[in-house]
Amino acid sequence: MGTNKKKNWYDYLWLASLLYLILGFFNILFAWLGLLCFLIPLGISAVKGNKTYCNHYCGRGQLLDLLGNKLKLSRKKDIPALIRSRGFRYGFLTFFLIMFGNMLFTTYLVFSDAGSLKQAVQLLWTFKLPWHFAYHGTIAADWVAQFAFGFYSVMLTSTVLGIITMVLYKPRSWCVYCPMGTMTQQICKLKDKSS
Amino acid sequence: MTLQKNKRYAVVDETHCVACGSCMKECPKGAITIPCGITAKIDTEKCVGCGLCAKACPASVIHIEILKRGEEDGNK
Repeated sequence: MGTNKKKNWYDYLWLASLLYLILGFFNILFAWLGLLCFLIPLGISAVKGNKTYCNHYCGRGQLLDLLGNKLKLSRKKDIPALIRSRGFRYGFLTFFLIMFGNMLFTTYLVFSDAGSLKQAVQLLWTFKLPWHFAYHGTIAADWVAQFAFGFYSVMLTSTVLGIITMVLYKPRSWCVYCPMGTMTQQICKLKDKSS
Repeated sequence: MTLQKNKRYAVVDETHCVACGSCMKECPKGAITIPCGITAKIDTEKCVGCGLCAKACPASVIHIEILKRGEEDGNK
Protein backbone atom coordinates (compact mmCIF):
# COMPACT_ATOMS: atom_id res chain seq x y z
CA MET A 1 0.00 0.00 0.00
CA GLY A 2 1.32 3.39 -0.91
CA THR A 3 -0.43 5.39 1.79
CA ASN A 4 0.22 5.49 5.51
CA LYS A 5 -3.22 4.46 6.64
CA LYS A 6 -3.94 2.99 10.06
CA LYS A 7 -3.60 -0.77 9.86
CA ASN A 8 -6.46 -3.06 10.74
CA TRP A 9 -6.22 -6.61 12.05
CA TYR A 10 -7.16 -7.95 8.64
CA ASP A 11 -4.20 -6.22 7.01
CA TYR A 12 -2.05 -8.97 8.48
CA LEU A 13 -3.96 -11.88 6.97
CA TRP A 14 -1.12 -12.35 4.49
CA LEU A 15 0.67 -14.03 7.39
CA ALA A 16 -2.08 -16.66 7.50
CA SER A 17 -1.67 -17.32 3.77
CA LEU A 18 2.07 -17.66 4.14
CA LEU A 19 1.70 -19.90 7.19
CA TYR A 20 -0.76 -22.08 5.27
CA LEU A 21 1.76 -22.69 2.50
CA ILE A 22 4.52 -23.45 5.02
CA LEU A 23 2.39 -25.83 7.10
CA GLY A 24 1.69 -27.86 3.97
CA PHE A 25 5.36 -28.80 3.91
CA PHE A 26 5.15 -30.25 7.43
CA ASN A 27 1.74 -31.85 7.65
CA ILE A 28 -0.49 -32.06 4.62
CA LEU A 29 -3.64 -32.32 6.75
CA PHE A 30 -3.42 -28.58 7.41
CA ALA A 31 -4.49 -28.20 3.77
CA TRP A 32 -8.08 -28.66 4.96
CA LEU A 33 -7.89 -25.16 6.43
CA GLY A 34 -7.80 -23.85 2.86
CA LEU A 35 -11.52 -24.55 2.64
CA LEU A 36 -11.95 -21.33 4.61
CA CYS A 37 -10.62 -19.42 1.57
CA PHE A 38 -13.47 -20.94 -0.44
CA LEU A 39 -16.33 -20.89 2.02
CA ILE A 40 -15.85 -17.43 3.57
CA PRO A 41 -15.85 -15.42 0.29
CA LEU A 42 -18.76 -17.43 -1.10
CA GLY A 43 -20.64 -17.03 2.17
CA ILE A 44 -20.05 -13.27 2.37
CA SER A 45 -21.11 -12.66 -1.24
CA ALA A 46 -24.18 -14.91 -0.92
CA VAL A 47 -25.35 -13.48 2.41
CA LYS A 48 -24.16 -9.88 2.36
CA GLY A 49 -23.95 -9.35 -1.39
CA ASN A 50 -20.53 -7.75 -1.45
CA LYS A 51 -16.87 -8.56 -2.05
CA THR A 52 -15.56 -7.66 1.40
CA TYR A 53 -13.41 -10.79 1.32
CA CYS A 54 -11.54 -9.70 -1.83
CA ASN A 55 -11.49 -6.08 -0.71
CA HIS A 56 -10.17 -6.62 2.82
CA TYR A 57 -9.62 -10.20 3.95
CA CYS A 58 -7.85 -11.98 1.09
CA GLY A 59 -4.47 -13.00 2.47
CA ARG A 60 -3.21 -14.11 -0.92
CA GLY A 61 -3.99 -10.70 -2.44
CA GLN A 62 -2.12 -9.03 0.41
CA LEU A 63 0.83 -11.40 0.03
CA LEU A 64 1.09 -10.68 -3.71
CA ASP A 65 0.76 -6.96 -2.99
CA LEU A 66 3.61 -7.21 -0.52
CA LEU A 67 5.86 -9.20 -2.85
CA GLY A 68 5.16 -6.92 -5.79
CA ASN A 69 5.19 -3.52 -4.09
CA LYS A 70 7.24 -3.78 -0.90
CA LEU A 71 9.78 -6.30 -2.21
CA LYS A 72 9.57 -4.74 -5.70
CA LEU A 73 9.34 -8.10 -7.44
CA SER A 74 6.73 -6.91 -9.94
CA ARG A 75 7.41 -5.29 -13.31
CA LYS A 76 4.10 -3.41 -12.83
CA LYS A 77 3.12 -3.69 -16.48
CA ASP A 78 -0.43 -3.78 -17.80
CA ILE A 79 -2.00 -7.21 -17.95
CA PRO A 80 -2.81 -8.35 -21.52
CA ALA A 81 -6.37 -7.48 -22.57
CA LEU A 82 -7.02 -11.17 -23.22
CA ILE A 83 -6.54 -12.10 -19.54
CA ARG A 84 -8.96 -9.44 -18.31
CA SER A 85 -11.58 -10.38 -20.92
CA ARG A 86 -14.77 -12.00 -19.73
CA GLY A 87 -14.11 -15.03 -21.94
CA PHE A 88 -10.80 -15.75 -20.25
CA ARG A 89 -12.08 -15.11 -16.73
CA TYR A 90 -15.10 -17.36 -17.08
CA GLY A 91 -13.12 -19.88 -19.13
CA PHE A 92 -10.52 -20.12 -16.38
CA LEU A 93 -13.25 -20.42 -13.76
CA THR A 94 -14.82 -23.29 -15.72
CA PHE A 95 -11.45 -25.04 -16.12
CA PHE A 96 -10.72 -24.52 -12.43
CA LEU A 97 -14.07 -26.00 -11.39
CA ILE A 98 -13.63 -29.02 -13.69
CA MET A 99 -10.18 -29.70 -12.19
CA PHE A 100 -11.62 -29.21 -8.71
CA GLY A 101 -14.34 -31.75 -9.54
CA ASN A 102 -11.63 -34.11 -10.77
CA MET A 103 -9.85 -33.73 -7.44
CA LEU A 104 -13.07 -34.52 -5.58
CA PHE A 105 -13.57 -37.60 -7.77
CA THR A 106 -10.05 -38.82 -6.95
CA THR A 107 -10.91 -38.36 -3.27
CA TYR A 108 -14.12 -40.35 -3.81
CA LEU A 109 -12.17 -43.20 -5.44
CA VAL A 110 -9.97 -43.46 -2.35
CA PHE A 111 -13.05 -43.20 -0.12
CA SER A 112 -14.71 -46.08 -1.94
CA ASP A 113 -11.51 -48.19 -2.01
CA ALA A 114 -11.43 -48.01 -5.81
CA GLY A 115 -8.17 -46.07 -5.71
CA SER A 116 -5.19 -45.82 -3.41
CA LEU A 117 -3.80 -42.81 -1.57
CA LYS A 118 -1.22 -40.92 -3.62
CA GLN A 119 1.20 -38.98 -1.45
CA ALA A 120 1.92 -36.37 -4.09
CA VAL A 121 1.10 -32.76 -4.87
CA GLN A 122 0.18 -32.02 -8.47
CA LEU A 123 1.55 -28.65 -9.53
CA LEU A 124 -0.11 -26.76 -12.38
CA TRP A 125 -2.38 -29.80 -12.88
CA THR A 126 0.58 -31.53 -14.56
CA PHE A 127 3.71 -32.06 -12.48
CA LYS A 128 3.51 -34.68 -9.72
CA LEU A 129 5.76 -33.69 -6.83
CA PRO A 130 6.51 -36.35 -4.21
CA TRP A 131 5.12 -35.03 -0.92
CA HIS A 132 5.43 -38.07 1.38
CA PHE A 133 7.50 -36.01 3.85
CA ALA A 134 4.37 -34.14 4.86
CA TYR A 135 2.30 -37.23 5.57
CA HIS A 136 2.77 -39.08 8.82
CA GLY A 137 -0.30 -41.28 8.78
CA THR A 138 -3.65 -40.35 10.20
CA ILE A 139 -6.21 -41.75 12.57
CA ALA A 140 -8.77 -40.64 9.99
CA ALA A 141 -9.44 -42.48 6.74
CA ASP A 142 -7.15 -42.29 3.70
CA TRP A 143 -9.61 -40.16 1.77
CA VAL A 144 -9.11 -37.37 4.33
CA ALA A 145 -5.41 -37.27 3.42
CA GLN A 146 -6.18 -37.64 -0.31
CA PHE A 147 -8.42 -34.57 -0.17
CA ALA A 148 -5.67 -32.69 1.67
CA PHE A 149 -3.10 -33.54 -1.02
CA GLY A 150 -5.58 -32.52 -3.73
CA PHE A 151 -6.59 -29.30 -2.03
CA TYR A 152 -3.02 -28.30 -1.32
CA SER A 153 -2.29 -28.92 -5.03
CA VAL A 154 -5.04 -26.43 -5.92
CA MET A 155 -3.74 -23.85 -3.45
CA LEU A 156 -0.08 -24.24 -4.42
CA THR A 157 -0.90 -24.13 -8.14
CA SER A 158 -2.94 -20.94 -7.79
CA THR A 159 -0.20 -19.37 -5.66
CA VAL A 160 2.42 -20.20 -8.29
CA LEU A 161 0.21 -18.74 -11.05
CA GLY A 162 -0.37 -15.68 -8.87
CA ILE A 163 3.36 -15.21 -8.34
CA ILE A 164 4.14 -15.60 -12.07
CA THR A 165 1.56 -12.97 -13.07
CA MET A 166 2.61 -10.78 -10.10
CA VAL A 167 6.16 -10.69 -11.53
CA LEU A 168 5.09 -10.24 -15.17
CA TYR A 169 2.28 -7.73 -14.68
CA LYS A 170 0.94 -5.88 -11.63
CA PRO A 171 1.22 -7.21 -8.06
CA ARG A 172 -2.40 -8.30 -7.73
CA SER A 173 -2.82 -9.58 -11.29
CA TRP A 174 -4.10 -12.87 -9.86
CA CYS A 175 -7.23 -10.98 -8.73
CA VAL A 176 -8.13 -10.38 -12.38
CA TYR A 177 -8.66 -14.08 -13.12
CA CYS A 178 -9.03 -15.49 -9.59
CA PRO A 179 -11.86 -18.06 -9.81
CA MET A 180 -13.16 -17.12 -6.37
CA GLY A 181 -13.18 -13.44 -7.32
CA THR A 182 -15.03 -14.17 -10.57
CA MET A 183 -17.54 -16.36 -8.74
CA THR A 184 -18.20 -13.89 -5.92
CA GLN A 185 -18.58 -10.99 -8.37
CA GLN A 186 -21.13 -13.04 -10.33
CA ILE A 187 -23.00 -13.92 -7.13
CA CYS A 188 -23.06 -10.21 -6.21
CA LYS A 189 -24.42 -9.31 -9.66
CA LEU A 190 -27.16 -11.94 -9.41
CA LYS A 191 -28.04 -10.87 -5.88
CA ASP A 192 -28.17 -7.22 -6.96
CA LYS A 193 -30.45 -8.06 -9.91
CA SER A 194 -32.82 -10.07 -7.76
CA SER A 195 -33.17 -7.38 -5.11
CA MET B 1 -21.00 25.20 -10.58
CA THR B 2 -18.18 26.50 -12.76
CA LEU B 3 -14.74 25.14 -11.91
CA GLN B 4 -11.87 27.56 -11.44
CA LYS B 5 -9.15 25.25 -12.69
CA ASN B 6 -8.78 21.99 -14.59
CA LYS B 7 -9.93 19.08 -12.52
CA ARG B 8 -8.38 15.64 -12.79
CA TYR B 9 -10.40 12.64 -11.80
CA ALA B 10 -10.32 8.87 -12.15
CA VAL B 11 -12.71 6.96 -14.39
CA VAL B 12 -13.40 3.21 -14.14
CA ASP B 13 -14.22 0.96 -17.08
CA GLU B 14 -17.05 -0.69 -15.18
CA THR B 15 -17.58 -3.51 -17.67
CA HIS B 16 -14.08 -4.85 -17.06
CA CYS B 17 -13.63 -3.96 -13.37
CA VAL B 18 -13.15 -7.12 -11.26
CA ALA B 19 -14.07 -5.35 -8.00
CA CYS B 20 -10.94 -6.59 -6.23
CA GLY B 21 -10.53 -3.43 -4.15
CA SER B 22 -6.87 -2.70 -4.94
CA CYS B 23 -7.81 0.86 -5.96
CA MET B 24 -9.90 1.39 -2.83
CA LYS B 25 -6.93 0.51 -0.61
CA GLU B 26 -4.66 2.96 -2.40
CA CYS B 27 -6.98 5.97 -2.55
CA PRO B 28 -5.70 8.61 -0.10
CA LYS B 29 -9.02 10.46 -0.19
CA GLY B 30 -11.34 7.54 0.45
CA ALA B 31 -13.08 8.39 -2.82
CA ILE B 32 -13.55 4.80 -3.99
CA THR B 33 -16.21 2.33 -2.93
CA ILE B 34 -17.33 -1.00 -4.32
CA PRO B 35 -21.07 -1.01 -3.73
CA CYS B 36 -22.71 -4.43 -3.95
CA GLY B 37 -19.39 -6.05 -4.98
CA ILE B 38 -19.96 -5.35 -8.66
CA THR B 39 -17.59 -2.56 -9.69
CA ALA B 40 -15.49 0.25 -8.23
CA LYS B 41 -17.24 3.63 -8.09
CA ILE B 42 -15.36 6.91 -7.86
CA ASP B 43 -16.74 9.89 -5.97
CA THR B 44 -15.59 12.64 -8.37
CA GLU B 45 -16.13 15.29 -5.69
CA LYS B 46 -13.55 13.64 -3.44
CA CYS B 47 -11.22 12.42 -6.21
CA VAL B 48 -8.15 14.59 -6.82
CA GLY B 49 -6.94 12.60 -9.83
CA CYS B 50 -3.65 11.54 -8.22
CA GLY B 51 -3.63 8.33 -10.27
CA LEU B 52 -2.63 5.98 -7.45
CA CYS B 53 -5.72 3.86 -8.11
CA ALA B 54 -4.90 3.60 -11.82
CA LYS B 55 -1.38 2.45 -10.97
CA ALA B 56 -2.65 -0.16 -8.53
CA CYS B 57 -5.50 -1.53 -10.65
CA PRO B 58 -4.36 -5.03 -11.67
CA ALA B 59 -6.77 -5.04 -14.61
CA SER B 60 -5.64 -1.57 -15.73
CA VAL B 61 -9.21 -0.42 -16.18
CA ILE B 62 -8.88 2.96 -14.43
CA HIS B 63 -7.65 6.05 -16.24
CA ILE B 64 -7.43 9.73 -15.39
CA GLU B 65 -9.53 12.28 -17.23
CA ILE B 66 -9.20 16.04 -17.12
CA LEU B 67 -12.20 18.32 -16.91
CA LYS B 68 -11.14 21.52 -18.70
CA ARG B 69 -11.37 24.91 -16.99
CA GLY B 70 -14.83 26.40 -17.16
CA GLU B 71 -16.59 23.18 -18.11
CA GLU B 72 -19.75 22.49 -16.20
CA ASP B 73 -19.69 19.88 -13.46
CA GLY B 74 -22.63 18.20 -15.12
CA ASN B 75 -20.59 17.43 -18.24
CA LYS B 76 -18.43 14.86 -16.42
